[in-house]
Amino acid sequence: MTDSLLAAGVKAFLVVFGLLTAFAYMTLVERRLLARFQVRLGPNRVGPLGLFQPLADAIKSIFKEDLVVSKADRLVFLLAPIISITFALVGFGLIPFGPKHAFFGWDPWVINLDVGILYLFAVSEMAVYGIFLAGWASNSKYSLLGSLRSSAALISYELSLGMSLLAPALLVGSLNLQDIVAWQENNGWLILPLFPAFALFFISSMAEAARTPFDLPEAEQELVGGYNTEYSSIKWALFQMAEYVHLITASALIPTIFLGGWRMPGFLPDIPFLWMFLKMALFLFVFIWIRATWFRLRYDQLMRFGWGRLLPAALIWFLLSALVVAAGASISVLNWFSLASVLVLLAVLLSGPARQKTAKGGAA
Amino acid sequence: MSIAALAQSLGITLKALFTRPVTIPYPDAPVALKPRFHGRHVLTRHPGGLEKCIGCSLCAAACPAYAIYVEAAENDPANPTSAGERYAKVYEINMLRCIFCGLCEEACPTGAVVMGYEFEMADYRYSDFVYGKEDLLVEVQGTKPQRRESTYTGREVKPGYAVPYARVELEGVNPPKARVERAAPKPWRDNPVDDDHHEGGHS
Repeated sequence: MTDSLLAAGVKAFLVVFGLLTAFAYMTLVERRLLARFQVRLGPNRVGPLGLFQPLADAIKSIFKEDLVVSKADRLVFLLAPIISITFALVGFGLIPFGPKHAFFGWDPWVINLDVGILYLFAVSEMAVYGIFLAGWASNSKYSLLGSLRSSAALISYELSLGMSLLAPALLVGSLNLQDIVAWQENNGWLILPLFPAFALFFISSMAEAARTPFDLPEAEQELVGGYNTEYSSIKWALFQMAEYVHLITASALIPTIFLGGWRMPGFLPDIPFLWMFLKMALFLFVFIWIRATWFRLRYDQLMRFGWGRLLPAALIWFLLSALVVAAGASISVLNWFSLASVLVLLAVLLSGPARQKTAKGGAA
Repeated sequence: MSIAALAQSLGITLKALFTRPVTIPYPDAPVALKPRFHGRHVLTRHPGGLEKCIGCSLCAAACPAYAIYVEAAENDPANPTSAGERYAKVYEINMLRCIFCGLCEEACPTGAVVMGYEFEMADYRYSDFVYGKEDLLVEVQGTKPQRRESTYTGREVKPGYAVPYARVELEGVNPPKARVERAAPKPWRDNPVDDDHHEGGHS
C-alpha cells in the first residue's frame, strides 16, 4: 500500500521545505548554542530572541554581489552548488518518521526503498561531484586544491561509513530502513550489539557533513578556505546549505539505524515524529557541542585517522559481526563483544589522564 | 592527543554552557563600571552650593594633552561663585584632546575637577566636544549629545552605565546603582586601609 503520486509530491515538497527551514533555523540555534558554549549571548538582535536572524541572513546572502571568476567555466560553476544541494536534499525522504498512515493518513516517509541504505550512500556520495566540480570550474588553484582535499576526505570517510553500516545490514538482513526499525522493535536497539559500528558511523558522518574535527573547507585562516573559495552570495549559501542538510540527514539516519528510529522501548508510547525529532535534536546538539569543543584536524592527520584508525576498526568490527552471524550464534555474543569494546574505550578514557600526568611531570 | 583529554574538554564546554553569559547587552543594559572609572569630568560643588574650582589653572598645567582651558575672574564678595578669592569664569575641556588620565584631578588643590562616569560623548561637530562649565558642573546630567537628544525626545537622559557606588570625591554625584558586588567602603577617614582614595577630594 503506497501513497498516490500526489501524496508523494506533496510530501517531497514538505521535506524539502522543512529541511531548508530547519537548515535556516539550525544556523541560528547553532550560533546561539556556540555562543553559550563560549559564555556569550549570540545573535539576539533581529526580532525577538533573534528569531528573524535566518531571514536577515537569507536576504543578505541573496542580495550580495554574485561574483563569477572571469576564467571560470560558467555552466559548471553554476551547476556545482545546485548538484550539491539537490543530492543533499533527496536523501532525507527515505527516513521513516512513524508507522504507516501516521501523517494525516499518509505514510510519514516520502519513499520506501528496499535498497534504502545503498540509495542513501549513492546520493550522499554525489556530494563529491558538487565539491569537485566547484573546485574545477572555479579555475583557481586554491579552489582546486581545496576541492581535492574535500573530495579525498569525503571518499576516505565514506569507506568507513559504509563499512560500519555493513554490520547492521548483516544483522537485520535488509537494507530497507523500515525493516531496520521493525527489527529493532523486536530485538532491541542496534546500538547495544553494535556499539563500535555506531561510534564509527557517528565519526564518519561528521566527516561526511564536513563538521568540526574534519571541517577543512571552513579553515579560511590556514587554507584559504576550500572548494568554495571563489563562491559568493547565494551559491556559497547553497554549499553551506548542502553541508548542513547532510548533517541533518546524518542526525536522522543515526537514530534510525542504531537507536530504534521513531520507536521507543516498551514502556514509552510510540508517537510518530516526536521521538524521531527528539533523537535528531539530540544528535544535532552533540554535533554542535563537538564543534564548540574540539580542534580541527590537519589534513594529513585527517587522512591518517580515516585510513589508519577508522577503516581498520570498521573492517575488524564488520568481520567480527560477520563471523558471529555466519556461525549462527545469537546476538547476545555480539552484545558481549560490544560491551568489551565499550570497556576498552572506558579503560583508555580512565587511564589517559594518569599517563598524561606522569608524562607531564617527567618531562617538565 | 588522548581520548581522555577529548572527553575532558567536552565536559569543560558543557560546564560553560550552563554558566551565565558574560556579555552585557550594552545599549539595552547598563555597563557595570568600576567606581574608579575615568569618565567625563565633573566640576563639583561644596555642600553649600559654592563651586570648588578657584580658577587656579593647575589642572591645565598638569594636563599632558593640553585639553583644559581655564580663565579666572575675581569673586564678587557679596555674591561669590566659588569658595576662594577667584573662580573659573571659563572652564573648558576639549574631550577630543583629553586622554582621561586623571592628572587634572590629582593636580586640583580643591578637589573641584573629578573624573566622573559618563562616557557616551560621541558627536558630530568638533565644537560639540568642547565641554564648558554648563556641561561639567555636578548638577548637569548626561553628556552633550545625550542632553541634546533628551531635548528632542522630551525624555530624561538615560545613562548607559551603573556603578556599585560613587567615589567619595564625586561629591553630589548620584550615579545609577549597579548590583552591589562589594559593599561601599565607609568614608575614607574611618578606614584608611581600604581603597587607596586620593586625598584631593576632601577639603
